[in-house]
Amino acid sequence: MTTMFTPDHEWINIEDHEAAVVGITLHAQDALGDVVFVELPEVGRTYKKGEVTGVVESVKAAADIYMPVEGEIVEINQALKDDPALANRDPMGEGWFFKVHVTHMEQFDELMDPPGYDALLKSLS
Amino acid sequence: MSTPTELPQTLLQTPLHALHLRLGARMVPFAGYSMPVQYPEGLMAEHRQCREAAALFDVSHMGQVKLVGAGSAAALETLVPVDVIDLAAGRQRYAFFTNASGGILDDLMIARPAEATDADFGDLLLVVNAGCKAADIAHLRTQAGSRCTVVPLPDRALLALQGPAAAQALARLAPRTAELVFMAGGVFEIAGARCFVTRSGYTGEDGFEISVPADQAVALAEALLAQPEVKPAGLGARDTLRLEAGLCLYGHDIDERTSPVEAGLQWAIQKVRRPGGARAGGYPGAAAIERQLAANPPSKRVGLVGLERVPVREGTPIVDAQGRALGKVTSGTLAPTANQPIAMAYLPLNHALPQHEVYAEVRGRRLPMRVTAMPFVPNRYRR
Repeated sequence: MTTMFTPDHEWINIEDHEAAVVGITLHAQDALGDVVFVELPEVGRTYKKGEVTGVVESVKAAADIYMPVEGEIVEINQALKDDPALANRDPMGEGWFFKVHVTHMEQFDELMDPPGYDALLKSLS
Repeated sequence: MSTPTELPQTLLQTPLHALHLRLGARMVPFAGYSMPVQYPEGLMAEHRQCREAAALFDVSHMGQVKLVGAGSAAALETLVPVDVIDLAAGRQRYAFFTNASGGILDDLMIARPAEATDADFGDLLLVVNAGCKAADIAHLRTQAGSRCTVVPLPDRALLALQGPAAAQALARLAPRTAELVFMAGGVFEIAGARCFVTRSGYTGEDGFEISVPADQAVALAEALLAQPEVKPAGLGARDTLRLEAGLCLYGHDIDERTSPVEAGLQWAIQKVRRPGGARAGGYPGAAAIERQLAANPPSKRVGLVGLERVPVREGTPIVDAQGRALGKVTSGTLAPTANQPIAMAYLPLNHALPQHEVYAEVRGRRLPMRVTAMPFVPNRYRR
């Protein structure tokens, strides 16, 4: 399993632990509506698990983006600056937010696997 | 990502509730009602639909009240600083209830139905905000109930058909509605229902608000949605549309602590109700409002446009170049049509000047914003 989920409706793909990809889920983008602005963290900065790294905003709401596991930001998705709606169109792909060099691999195990996240979504509906 | 939590509560439903669900609306609590915030096409598409063609909104949560009796207009004038007595039959006017300190208790629309044909709609027909309607009705009964009869109309729904193609779509069902001009109204039969229609709205576009018996509301909504120009739109789009149009939202941009003069709504106070006019004063807070009319209020509601593409939302502090607090944003969003951050805020008079630059404090950053005349998007009323 390389993609895991947080209770805050973010996903992290850890295929490459030096550049694990983070984004929001399909459910998250649907709950937000049309995304018009994404503020991403600075490359090179280190965040603890659960720290606020940025914000994603739709016309009607703003939501914080949290760090799913501790690590250093190694890359951000520049394409979101010009086209924030990427987060709606392809949240699990082209609409990724940032990449993290994960330093505490064990934190990955604290996240939800896909069936676990599906169960969370079912409990919300 | 953080998500808002909603408290479970018993919500009222409008007569169109089942239709909203059938159309796939996302329902949210608003002013005690379960209301559609958006349909599957989404807020942006619904906003564009209203600017480019026609959008249908359910605004049945709003309060409809008729005043009956020859003294209705004179009685209402004791509660609003607006000329109601001279309001001609078949015309409509914007107004606000004021309190003793000159603050705004609610804003409302007042229509005068034509006597001979539309008498069942009362001498005056009012539309008030959903969140204020109980208090408004109590206020009317207590303060004006001895001079006219106050009759709430909970058995009527209210639909808003808005957009440049609204007139053409409605004319297919009721050709004579095309003859109405902005802020005029009357009774029309539409899809078998006896409706009170005004050419007005809350989007900056041409359009209509249609009062319809609750049990005929679904049939009317379906007949309107069957027109090729028309699609449903939710409260989300209604909010971005009204903000672009520079229109105030009660409880946000105006409230009991803001006066009509601070809010820039003095245009709605006609000469006849101002000092020197034949019926000057005579409403709650007249002294305070007259002072502000003569000598300017300490602050004024202004429009702000963000120079950086970051949304600036309600509650955001506005500061000057030195970081001194000037005020707070009362409404703000990234405007879908204007395609830039827009906001309203109250600023001290020396900052409330066109082109003046101020700063919004967002997440520890100071974002430049420019004071701008409203509306942010030109309105297109049919005058």
